[in-house]
Amino acid sequence: MEFVIGKYNYWFYIFLMMIGLYAMIAKKNLIKKLVGMNIFQTAIILFFVSMGSKKGATIPIIQAGQAVDAAHYMNPLPHVLMLTAIVVMVSTFGVALALAILIYKRFKTLEEDEMQ
Amino acid sequence: MEVLCSARPLQAVLVSLVAAFLILLSGERHKNLRETWTILAGVIKFSLVASMVPFILDGKVLEYTVLTIAPGLLIQFRVDALGMLFGLTASFLWIITSFYSIGYVRSLKEHNQTRYFASFAIALSATMGVAFSANLFTTFLFYEIITICTYPLVAHKETPEARKGARRYIAYLLGTSVAFLLFAIFLTYNAAGTLDFSPQGILAGKASDSMLIVIFVLFMAGIGKAAMMPFHSWLPAAMVAPTPVSALLHAVAVVKTGVFVVVKVVLHIFGVNLLKDLGLGTALAYFASFTIIVASIIALRKDNLKARLAYSTVSQLSYVILGVALLTPSGIIGGVMHIVLHAFGKITLFFAAGAIYVAAHKSDISQLSGIGKKMPFTMAAFTLGALSMIGMPPLGGFLSKWYIALGSIEAGQWPILAVIAASTILNSSYFLPIVYAAYFKEPAAEHRQYHGVRSELHTPNSELKIHEAPALMVVPLVLTAIGAVALFFMPSLVFDLARIAVTSVTGGN
Amino acid sequence: MIKNAPVLIIVVPLLASLINIILGLRWRALSFPLMLAALSVSAASSFIALNTVIDSGTIHYRLGGWAPPWGIEYVIDHLSGFVAVIVSFVSLVIAVYTRKSIEREFPGKTVYFHSIFLLLVTGLLGIVVTGDIFNIYVFLEITSLASYALVAIGPDKRAPLAAFNYVIMGTIGACFYLLGVGYLYIMTGTLNIADLSRLLPGLYHSPVIQVAFAFFMVGIALKIALFPLHRWLPDAYTLAPSAVSALVASTMTKVGAYLMIRIIFTVFQPFFSIEVLPVMNLVGWVAAAAVIFGSGYAIAQTELKRMLAYILIAEVGYIVLGVSFANRTGLTGSILHILNDSFMMACLFLAVGAIAYKTKNTNIASLSHIHKTMPITMAAFVVGGISVVGIPPTAGFFSKWYLVLGAIEAGKWVFAAVLLISSLMTAIVFFRIIERVYFTAADPGHGKSARAVMDEAPLGMLVPVLVMAVGVLILGLFSGRIITTVIQFAVPSVF
Repeated sequence: MEFVIGKYNYWFYIFLMMIGLYAMIAKKNLIKKLVGMNIFQTAIILFFVSMGSKKGATIPIIQAGQAVDAAHYMNPLPHVLMLTAIVVMVSTFGVALALAILIYKRFKTLEEDEMQ
Repeated sequence: MEVLCSARPLQAVLVSLVAAFLILLSGERHKNLRETWTILAGVIKFSLVASMVPFILDGKVLEYTVLTIAPGLLIQFRVDALGMLFGLTASFLWIITSFYSIGYVRSLKEHNQTRYFASFAIALSATMGVAFSANLFTTFLFYEIITICTYPLVAHKETPEARKGARRYIAYLLGTSVAFLLFAIFLTYNAAGTLDFSPQGILAGKASDSMLIVIFVLFMAGIGKAAMMPFHSWLPAAMVAPTPVSALLHAVAVVKTGVFVVVKVVLHIFGVNLLKDLGLGTALAYFASFTIIVASIIALRKDNLKARLAYSTVSQLSYVILGVALLTPSGIIGGVMHIVLHAFGKITLFFAAGAIYVAAHKSDISQLSGIGKKMPFTMAAFTLGALSMIGMPPLGGFLSKWYIALGSIEAGQWPILAVIAASTILNSSYFLPIVYAAYFKEPAAEHRQYHGVRSELHTPNSELKIHEAPALMVVPLVLTAIGAVALFFMPSLVFDLARIAVTSVTGGN
Repeated sequence: MIKNAPVLIIVVPLLASLINIILGLRWRALSFPLMLAALSVSAASSFIALNTVIDSGTIHYRLGGWAPPWGIEYVIDHLSGFVAVIVSFVSLVIAVYTRKSIEREFPGKTVYFHSIFLLLVTGLLGIVVTGDIFNIYVFLEITSLASYALVAIGPDKRAPLAAFNYVIMGTIGACFYLLGVGYLYIMTGTLNIADLSRLLPGLYHSPVIQVAFAFFMVGIALKIALFPLHRWLPDAYTLAPSAVSALVASTMTKVGAYLMIRIIFTVFQPFFSIEVLPVMNLVGWVAAAAVIFGSGYAIAQTELKRMLAYILIAEVGYIVLGVSFANRTGLTGSILHILNDSFMMACLFLAVGAIAYKTKNTNIASLSHIHKTMPITMAAFVVGGISVVGIPPTAGFFSKWYLVLGAIEAGKWVFAAVLLISSLMTAIVFFRIIERVYFTAADPGHGKSARAVMDEAPLGMLVPVLVMAVGVLILGLFSGRIITTVIQFAVPSVF
């Protein structure tokens, strides 16, 4: 029990990920697939962000006159990585939306099983 | 054994490859130029091969490494007596076949002649490659090239039957070679660490007995070109090809490549002693005997001339294997000589079949009554060829049969002697009726019309006149028939080469 | 130039793709030469880098002078140099080919096409040269995004749909990869491959690390369409424009395979996947299934490009199969096959593209006697096909040689048999086409009566096809040299 509650942030992101994965694979509507994709990606971002955070810690900015104590700082690297990842994910989403528009123009529908 | 380094084997291989390019460049528009390339390449190739004979007779070996792909994996040529015998035969008969081909395709106004001659030239290149290869890897390389480049020749007519025949051809040859032969080569390489042909064999003591037996069976199953049963049915199927192709490739180059590789594997990969110890030679001999008898029986029942010849080839090929499988000096000499002697006889028969088809448009045996009067030269040659197949003196075929019989006595295999006797009877009973009908039966009263036959050639008064095929076809077939006779009286070259080959593998006597 | 070669490999095409857009607004005609120039520089830098590696060992290039593990490091060793050369060279040849084909398919949009093309190549080369696993993720996504776009512009109505499915599957793959990166980072606090390689062995028994490995494998398997995660590939590669199919088929899956080899043998030490978490057998069976499945489905296809797409699935199987043997010979075969297969696939897809350019029809049934009008293209196609079957002396035979030998050495007889059987299956595929083309008369209604005139694709398309075909013919003969100078050092030294 301790294990489950102690790591609740990880359970939460796994739960989100499963929702996203399910939507991406099982949904027939292209937009719903994309919503699933977004949830999936956000879950991963949350995972990285939570892994860099620490209880009672602060942002890693060194102020003049203060001693540097690594234990009080959050690890900034995962957050920085996620900035890059967000950029990637947003572009993926953009491309996917553009494709969805193209598909809608050609097939007049966004339901996968209605396309001929 | 003295080893000379010489690029001649490579040149002999490349000559016809270069010719193939020139043939393609010349194309249909410059027919005579194109044919000149073929003939020229044939002559040069033969002279190159022949120029190496003195070295071989001196007991030397010519070697040339073209390319090392990896340690133990190289493209290398080595001309020994065995390869020389095969190379000499194939390159000599190519010249004759080229003339015959020209006569044949021009008389029948075949389409796509450029492709035909080019494929032919590449096939001969690859045949030389097999004959002179120094290791199994090189052998396999050229073996597959032969398969690929003869495929267009078999499918040449582009009819549904031709496609079907070609499909069977490629399926059998490629299928067996990739599934079994290649696998056997891998296992050999894995066990011995080399693929080099060596007079003593390379596998002795390198793997367990059961593994060696597996490798041997894979080899024998994999060399589909040797047309041993049950992998023989591609050969009759390949008879849809134009007759010169059947003559040179499916009586000499391709099928002899098969038996040649079998001989190589038996003598130079396993080695005589190893096979004796394993008892595999005897097993192979009986297996070959089975093919000899069964194929002859099937041949009896075929009415199509080329089909009968094809089954006769299947049966005769196994003679070579039988001779070598006896693992006695005489047996091996007989088997190796049979490669040459059968070639001359069988090519004559096919040439005659083609000439009959071109001149009289007949392809079934039952229509051949009285043809001897119309085509005296052709049928005379046919008769000689048939007698050589049967093994009648004074024809070449007698010699090899004699030695194989001797070999079976040496090996103490009396049943094999009976097989040879039985097959001789069978050979006579499927060849002699043709000869008899051609000379002594009256021609059928009325000509049946066959599709594709230009009936204007058969005006009634041409019935009694001599009506031979064009000289370009008749002369070659007469020449090969004379060759079959000459080999009986002057077998010294063939015999010497075979003896050298045998001495090297049995080490003396 | 020589000192900076590692970074030039990717910086030049990246900058060129941006400059191209700006220049293209005014001077459309400059776009194509710019692309060629950028790719040539990139190819030349790859050659130089590989040469340096051969002469003096692995190159470490610190981006912006920051020392690893804080800065990003570009590492070129024998394996990455080898793959970089292949990718940059093949994409340069294909770039030449795009001039004619894309001009006709997308008049007026060539500038954008060239930019995305350059981005795709940048991404591929980036994956190969970088020494940082998060950086790999970024490049992986650059590649994928570019390829989504390129697939979507295919001539068929369904192309965007294929691209959309590709986006979904590709994103799942990338996210799995990213999760793997995250797990490794939690445990080790580093993203540098060399660092990870050093730190990880102590942690091999941690379930987190093992899960990370699983995420990597699944993610990459999705990206390279390893059976059974291949569903997106046939549609995407069939419906894309021919030049794009050729590019993605010959380079993307190969780079994916490279990445797999990197993860299994460099990020993790070889003994992790052999002893700690013995997955090699599983990987082998999956790959064997891919080989058989791909070849089998290829037989059933009636359209050339789709058939090639299934062949590609089988080829990916070959590479992974060689990896799964976990011995020197097998891995040599795999790495050699990365080279051979990219040439083979480029040759085949480009030839089919040329046929499509001329006849607008790539159904196998309609190909009768096409060799009368397009003899050179068909000859190249036959060469490529024979190589896929694995008949000597074409290149495909030699990599198959090492693969089968590797299987025998590993004592995995079933896999040796699978390799040979698949050869026979692909033989059926290609000889059926050869028979249809060369030996079946065209419908009597048209063509046959008129004397066939040579009507090849334009020279700009023909030359790339020929280059690839010649490559397929001669590469095999030099495979020994390639192995002794490059590949034997690319194989992990523990084998």
